[in-house]
Amino acid sequence: MGKLSVKHLIGIKDLKPEDINLILDTAQTFKEVINRPIKKVPSMRDVTVVNLFFENSTRTRLSFELAEKRLSADILNFTASSSSVSKGETLIDTVNNILAMKVDLVVMRHPKPGAALFLSQKVNSVIVNAGDGTHEHPTQALLDAFSIREKLGTLKGKKVVIVGDILHSRVALSNIYCLQKSGAEVMVCGPATLIPKYIEQLGVKVETNLINALNWCDVANVLRIQLERQDIKYFPSLREYIMQYGITLDILKKLQKKIVIMHPGPINRGVEITTEVADSDQSIILDQVENGVAVRMAVLYLLAGQPVG
Amino acid sequence: MTHLILAGKQLDITIERLCHQLIENHGNFKDTCIIGLQSKGVPLSKRICKRLSEFLPESSILHGALDITFFRDDYRRSEKLLVPSRTEIDFIVEGKKVVLVDDVLFTGRTVRAAMDALMAFGRPAKVELLVLIDRKFSRQFPIEPDYTGQAIDTTITDKVQVEWKESGNKDGVWLVSEIKSKTNGKAKR
Repeated sequence: MGKLSVKHLIGIKDLKPEDINLILDTAQTFKEVINRPIKKVPSMRDVTVVNLFFENSTRTRLSFELAEKRLSADILNFTASSSSVSKGETLIDTVNNILAMKVDLVVMRHPKPGAALFLSQKVNSVIVNAGDGTHEHPTQALLDAFSIREKLGTLKGKKVVIVGDILHSRVALSNIYCLQKSGAEVMVCGPATLIPKYIEQLGVKVETNLINALNWCDVANVLRIQLERQDIKYFPSLREYIMQYGITLDILKKLQKKIVIMHPGPINRGVEITTEVADSDQSIILDQVENGVAVRMAVLYLLAGQPVG
Repeated sequence: MTHLILAGKQLDITIERLCHQLIENHGNFKDTCIIGLQSKGVPLSKRICKRLSEFLPESSILHGALDITFFRDDYRRSEKLLVPSRTEIDFIVEGKKVVLVDDVLFTGRTVRAAMDALMAFGRPAKVELLVLIDRKFSRQFPIEPDYTGQAIDTTITDKVQVEWKESGNKDGVWLVSEIKSKTNGKAKR
């Protein structure tokens, strides 16, 4: 086994299939670590990480923070709302000021697509993208892949449908790359207005009928309708969306096989999936959250492991 | 230059002797567990366990595999990526006597990391070290084995290669030394 072919984790698009494999295999050992009586290892005790969050986040920020703590890294937390960004400081200035305090690794979430790539070109530090606007969310895709592999044994030949707001979702794009590179087939399903034009060019199937999509797949990854990113109305009403694309227990029971239900969170219960579906035995939503810590530990461990100096 | 140190019947006899020494100190293994270090210490520890249970059919001997990757002291210092293997310890070592098993003892850094890693599974009553090959005079930590298969003198550029049939090779221990040039005495690659 070699090392990662990248210095930063900006997007799944830059990773090779072997990189994804290495991350998932490493995550497997970290999953064992976080289930020990003592869940902490000392690997990153001389590494300082800053979590830069220019956009709201609960799961991802906590998950990264826990992953860093389990690896014994020192952590700085930064949220844009309570910082000098509101006084007009630029992104590069903000980051360079933080790096001047001898920080080794930056985990960043930013509302603008490309922010992580931009930063990786301008500052001298390892960058981990924790979501850049509607572009990519690589660690979410990796933890989704890990969770599917854990549940079904492999990703090769599995059929995964991503349901919902594909247009505004960074999770969808990262998932498409990650699943395809791992040998899975991908379909996207949602109202035509929420499916980007030319998405077929990525080699994914497109389906606007939910039942057809669910009958085809082994796994359904259900996304949230991102009302905060929608500047215009993409469907007539939320009620109509629920009627067309809401997944209920009734629908699942009528399918020929038992499919796996995933959701990256936060869930709008009663919109994209009902409470019964979210809490059913077909759902692996909480496993995804647990696996998120292990996968992020693997990413941090592999990226920070490059020799210093 | 490759030189065979231990193989075949000789290797079996050595493992057999180590088992007898273990029984001498640990009796029926009621409070003792055997933990092999990933990766080459694990096949050795399994063989020792198998042989021990033949000697002591009444006892069930606890066995585990410990990966020390996350406790190593060369993270971020080595060009080689430290890829982890599996840890399989499904018991608590709290209050138990632990015998750590590894193939080769060289600088002592692996064993230091192993003792750190072990603490995540409880506070052992005692920790002992069993190695098949002890490379004397090359320690960088004050660590010595309690049970030794064979002690050998080596130079720092030598390599000791251990192979197990469990990993698809022929059983055996080889000393691989670099040939020295007559003119300048420096090692050739």
